[in-house]
Parts: sequence; C-alpha cells; structure tokens
Amino acid sequence: MTAHLPALQVLVPLGCAPLCLLLRRFRTVTWLVFLLAALSSLACAVLLATRVDDGPLHYEMGGWPAPYGIEFVVAGFNTPVLLVVSVVAVVAAVYARRSVGDEVDDRRAPLVYTCLCLTLTGLLGLTVTGDVFNAFVFLEISSLSTYALIAMGRRRRALLASFRYLVIGTVGATFVLIGIGFAYAVTGTLNMADLADRLTDLDGNRALYAAVVFVFVGLAVKMAVFPLHAWLPAAYGEAPSAVSTFLAAASTKVAIYVFCRFAFTVFGAGLVFTTMPVGEVGLLLAALAMLVGSAAACFQRDLKYLLAWSSVAQIGYIVAGISLATAAGVSAGYLHVINHAVIKGALFGAAGLLVLRLGSARLDDLAGLGRRMPWTFAAIVVTGLGLVGVPPTAGFASKWALVSALLDAGAWPVLVAVLASSLLALVYVGRIVEAAWFRDPPADLPADQPRAPVSMVAAVWALVLLSVYFGIDASLPGGLADAAAAALLGTGGA
Amino acid sequence: MILAFAVAAAVLFGSGAYLLLKQDLIRMVAGIILISQSGVVTIIAASLSRGRAAIDVAPGERVSDPLPQALALTALVIGLATVALLLALVHRAIVVFRTAEQDELAATEAEHEAGLERRRQADREEIESDPDGERAP
Repeated sequence: MTAHLPALQVLVPLGCAPLCLLLRRFRTVTWLVFLLAALSSLACAVLLATRVDDGPLHYEMGGWPAPYGIEFVVAGFNTPVLLVVSVVAVVAAVYARRSVGDEVDDRRAPLVYTCLCLTLTGLLGLTVTGDVFNAFVFLEISSLSTYALIAMGRRRRALLASFRYLVIGTVGATFVLIGIGFAYAVTGTLNMADLADRLTDLDGNRALYAAVVFVFVGLAVKMAVFPLHAWLPAAYGEAPSAVSTFLAAASTKVAIYVFCRFAFTVFGAGLVFTTMPVGEVGLLLAALAMLVGSAAACFQRDLKYLLAWSSVAQIGYIVAGISLATAAGVSAGYLHVINHAVIKGALFGAAGLLVLRLGSARLDDLAGLGRRMPWTFAAIVVTGLGLVGVPPTAGFASKWALVSALLDAGAWPVLVAVLASSLLALVYVGRIVEAAWFRDPPADLPADQPRAPVSMVAAVWALVLLSVYFGIDASLPGGLADAAAAALLGTGGA
Repeated sequence: MILAFAVAAAVLFGSGAYLLLKQDLIRMVAGIILISQSGVVTIIAASLSRGRAAIDVAPGERVSDPLPQALALTALVIGLATVALLLALVHRAIVVFRTAEQDELAATEAEHEAGLERRRQADREEIESDPDGERAP
C-alpha cells in the first residue's frame, strides 16, 4: 500500500471527480467527496515527505521500467510543493462549503467540486510526474478545469476573464508541447532523468535551444511572469472566492516548480543559466514584475484585483531567487513559494468573507467596517504585513533570505526593485487599513448583519496562524526549501 | 520531409496567431484550433528526426517511431476538450452580452458597470434624504 503512495496521491482526487458528478443531486455529499480527496492527498504528501530523507522515491506506473513507462518521482524538490498544494486544498475545501453555497447557484455547486477535484489532480500530477509529456497532460488537466472554475464567478465579467485566460493559456500550453516535441526530436526520450542524460552530449544543438525557449515561454504564461501576467488579475478577481483562494495559493506555485524542474534537472543549470541567458532575463523580468505589479495594486478599486496584482509582484520575488541559480537563491525562492501560498490564501479567503457579507469586495464598500468585522480585518492586516515583509512575519523571513541571496550574487538593481516594491506594498496594504478603520461607515449599513460562517473564518485563521508560526519559527519551511535547493542543484549540474 | 513539416507547423501557427488578433470571438476560437494543430504537427515531425528511437531497433531496419503518434492522439483529444470549452464560453458570452465582437463586449460591459454604479448612487442618495428608512415602496 505505502509503495503506491505516489500514484495514490494523484489517483484519489482523479477518482473523486466523476464521483462528484454522479452524486450531483446531493450537494453536501459532493463537498464531502472533495474534502476527502484533499485530506487523502494531504495524508499522502505528509507520508511521502517523511520518506524522502533516505533518497528520492521512484514509482513505475503499471510496472513498466523507467525510460519506457511513465515514472513518478518524489524527491526533496517536490515534497514542499506537494505539501503546499494539499494543505491549501484542505483549507479551501473547509472554506468552500459556505462560500460556494453563497456565490454559486445550487445546481452548479457540484460542478465546482468536480472541477476542484480535477484541478487538484492536475496540480499534484504535474508535481510528481517524471515524464515530460505526462507533465503536459497534467498541465492541461489543471488548466482546463481552472478555466471552467473561473467562468463560474458571480459577475458576467467572469466569462470574459475565463475566455482570455483560456486563449493565452492554450497558446502557452502549445508552446510547451512544441518544446517537448523538439526535445524528443533530438533525444528520442520523454523521461526527465533520461532526457538529462542524453542531452549532455548535445552541446550547441540549435533544436535544443529552441526546445528550452519554447518550454520556458510556455511555462512563463502559467507562472504569470511579468509580460505574460495579463490573464491573472481578472481571473483571480472574478473567480468564486473559494476558487481564487485555492488557485492564488497553489496554481502559479506549481508552474514555478515545473520551471525549476525543467531548468535544473532536465536541461541542466549549465545549459540554461551559463550557455543561455535565462538567468539574466529572469532577473530583469522579475524586477519589472515587482515594480509593475505593486504599482498597479496601489490603483485597484476592488480588493480581489488588488490582491491579484500583488501576486504578480510576489511571483517576481520568487522568480528573482530562482534566476540566481545559486543554492541560497533557489532556497529563498522555495521559501517564498511556501510563505506566499499561505499568506495569499489567507488574504483571498478574507476577501471572500467580505464578498459573503457585503456582496462585493470594493474598497469603497469597506469603509468603516474594521470594527464591525474585527476578525476578518485582523486577518487581512496580519497577512498584509507579511506581504510588505515586516518582521517577524513569514514574509520577512523569505524576503530576508532573498535579499541576502541577491547581495551574495551582487544583483544590486534587483535589490533596489525589491525594496521599492516593498514600499509600494506598504501603500496598497495601507489603503485597505485606511478604508476599513479611518473612514466613516455609510449611513445605510444595516445594524444586524449575518455573522460570517465559523467554517470560513476558521479556514482563514488556520492559514493566518500558519503564516505567523512560519514567521517566528522558520525551521520547517526553511528546512524544506534548503532540501529542495540541494536536490535541484545536486542532481542538476549538467 | 522535415522541411515540409516545419513549413506546415509555421503556417498553421502564423495563421492561428493572425486570427487571434481579430475582434470576433469565433475567429479567435479558429485561431486556437490552428495553433493547437501546429503543436500536433511538431510532435509528428519529431518522429521523423535523425535522433534515436525510444526503444532500440535492430541496425539497418527502418521503422517509424510509434510513440509520437500516441502523443499526437493525446494532444488532439486535449485540443478537442479545449475547443469544446471555448465554444461553450463563447456561446454563454453571446447569450449574455448579445455580441461576439471584442470592442462591443467591452462597451456593453462598461455600460453595465455604469448602470450598476448609478443605481448604487441613487440608493445612497435616497437613504440620505430619508435616514429613518421609512420610504415609500
């Protein structure tokens, strides 16, 4: 049984998806199925994480030996991602019951849970697979279900957000497919480890360079790296709150992991960062993302859009760390993947609580609500300070790691961008605080509003407390991030 | 042969990209179809390469590599799902917005938003002029 954990991790949510569809008459049961899928993947992730200390786990699908069959690999570099995705999935599942019940009509709620199961399958599969074509298939499973989830948002603009994301996402996925085609043409293999082996004697092959560019540009769309981020604000802003909580915390993070996996363990750091200028391009785009994302966040009128733009900037921090291609840089990137997932999950969750009570998350509508909804706004402030990077929050721990990695590498211009972006973060978090506490509540505010459901508040606060804990004691995420960096750079040296 | 495939993939991608720049949503769907086909053509072309086959073949024997054909089938099925979802979305958009032109969509949406804003403003003014809330229905 335990030998099959890597497969079970992915197959349980996959099996739960049609179950949700079959049981769609019983709305609570479909929610329970999704919760069970999330809990089972969390259990698998925790069990796997305790086992990888002795070395990477290789699982051969259907018993076919590695270069011929599809292989699942669990090692130091993907256990943090598995843990992040499954923890966030459990939190989103607890949160979803009341949130989806409020924002999506009853007939379509089971479809939301079906798509959430499929997204979870795709994200987990993308993380554990050791086969490049299998990675493309899981990428499309997660993307297609994500498009459908976004289209189920309350407002009719959600349709347009989903359509735009679908168009740009499909072009990105086709780029990845073309890149995989080129890599296959020059090597004749799809297994990641085998590809890395066969690529070593292909120095200077132009088709290989093309493969690297196609795969990375395609992944950049999914990661929402600066010039390809245009889909993200509308997609996260219009999706149902439970969905944006899950996606903002998990989906771009998995794409970033896949980028690391391709860069360090498939193409090799020597080819990607020394022969080709991916590191320099990454640092430049990361710096632009920090500035543009944070500046745009300051001008948003809707809290969910504000948070989404801030995600664009935070992804810049992660990409900057990884683009350094040093142990300290990659470790800082991973640390911020973990911390930002927790922080942004909590913030989107809190925004969903506001949507539930006010019917919108416009900053103007938040006027004077700080005293009416103390728990929600306390959550926003604590995690918002994490976005700014105030000590002793989790955001400070990862930003400190990133700044010291940048200093070691002498990347001064990026350092300036990090500081400027942090100041801008202070501005946009300050705008929320100003609206909530320093403005008078509108006269028409009904005195007896419905109380926020306990399950949703508990889910948000679980993430808030986790982020506070990670800020005080960073040994758990820090240890995971260091192990990930060691696994990537150790095996990846071309 | 490789050249023919390369040209085919390039033409498909180019035409698809051209269609994506159009205002009409249906044309954009057609562009996506062409672009995903160019990916499939690239995968097929990968089997014609001078690279090594996945499974060792006896020397001197010429066989077509079957693996990319399996990949192409998978990619086609994924493309089908994508197009189905796209068309469903376009259908919803046409029902809701009553147009399939991008700039008209934006105009309709802006109008809708302005309408909502006006209504909200009106509600607020009404409450301010009548703070006890005893307004006539």
